[in-house]
Amino acid sequence: MGAQIRVYRQRIRSVSATKKITRAMELMAASRVVKARTAVLESAPYTHALTTALSALATHSNYDHPMTTEVENPTRAGVLILTSDRGLAGAYASGTMKESERLIGELRADGKEVVPYLVGRKAVSYYKFRGRDYAAEWTGNTEKPQVERARAISERLIEDFLRPTEEGGLDEIHVVYTRFNTMVNQQARVLRLLPIEVVDAPEDANHDGVKDILPLYQFEPNAEEVLHTMLPRYVTARIWTCLLSAATSELAARQRAMKSATDNAENLINTYTRLANQARQAEITQEISEIVGGASALAESK
Amino acid sequence: MAPLQVELVAADREVWSGEASMVSARSVEGDMGIMPGHEPTLVVLAEGEVRVHGTDGPRKVHIDGGFLSVDQDKVTIVSEVVEGIDG
Repeated sequence: MGAQIRVYRQRIRSVSATKKITRAMELMAASRVVKARTAVLESAPYTHALTTALSALATHSNYDHPMTTEVENPTRAGVLILTSDRGLAGAYASGTMKESERLIGELRADGKEVVPYLVGRKAVSYYKFRGRDYAAEWTGNTEKPQVERARAISERLIEDFLRPTEEGGLDEIHVVYTRFNTMVNQQARVLRLLPIEVVDAPEDANHDGVKDILPLYQFEPNAEEVLHTMLPRYVTARIWTCLLSAATSELAARQRAMKSATDNAENLINTYTRLANQARQAEITQEISEIVGGASALAESK
Repeated sequence: MAPLQVELVAADREVWSGEASMVSARSVEGDMGIMPGHEPTLVVLAEGEVRVHGTDGPRKVHIDGGFLSVDQDKVTIVSEVVEGIDG
């Protein structure tokens, strides 16, 4: 066998092996993305219940909580960046990092000091590589987030938020995450987590054109205490929603990236197969012409 | 009297929903029972057991704290972690 063919065959073998891996990753991401989307749907009743209760509370009490109060001159801003642990998901992690850089640039331009909080090994290595400081990191399990993770993040963020600014507290906190729109469209987004913007309950007109009046609630033990327990849970719920959305986006991005990798591998295999066939054919042609040439030389020499 | 519409919601899923004649839970100030016709209330719940007397039998779950809202015979129990739903 000619050296040329051997090289092509070797390439085909190696590309097929890669193709098997990318195909497997594609299928895995595809099946996990379905689970992740169900998880998003299943978290909806909780968020809904919290939001309803909170807006009822906001309409009926005038109590100001530090978590809902805007600071007049915000000087320190926290930025929570949600990325993935692993790569091979196309532009997923870099898209989020780019959006976070944009946000940080904007905050700095407003004269605020930025404190980053990182989720996912990709964000951590991005910051370590550039030798930048960050306040906290959470890594592992970004594909399948747990509620405990959301709670850990929210506890830390609220603790830092409630500390006075002079002691290293934060005046506002933003979240950069990737919003899952559709299987083919995910978008890096910024969301302001704290202080919470209290929007009064939307005054929906029902079928008869009569406005639904929110009932006058009785609070136990009192409105202040209810607000006090509910706000941290609301923050956790929002972080949880972001984590789930980011995980779904990561999987969808990975599935797409692996699909195109598999397609590319297929194309490469086709090209190499053609080249190998051509080389083999050329070898045979050469051998035939050598034999014919040799035979005619023998015949002439007689 | 019309039964209560009960929803038991955890952070990652809706644990149970259905009709019940009574719900009892431990608030931060002590145990309380909710029956149909209760006034609209928002209660902070302590860690403990929530008992739902469903029309199809009683249920008991353990929650890690949360809150409960009652509004027009619709009861929503919200907790981050809900454990052990049994018949």
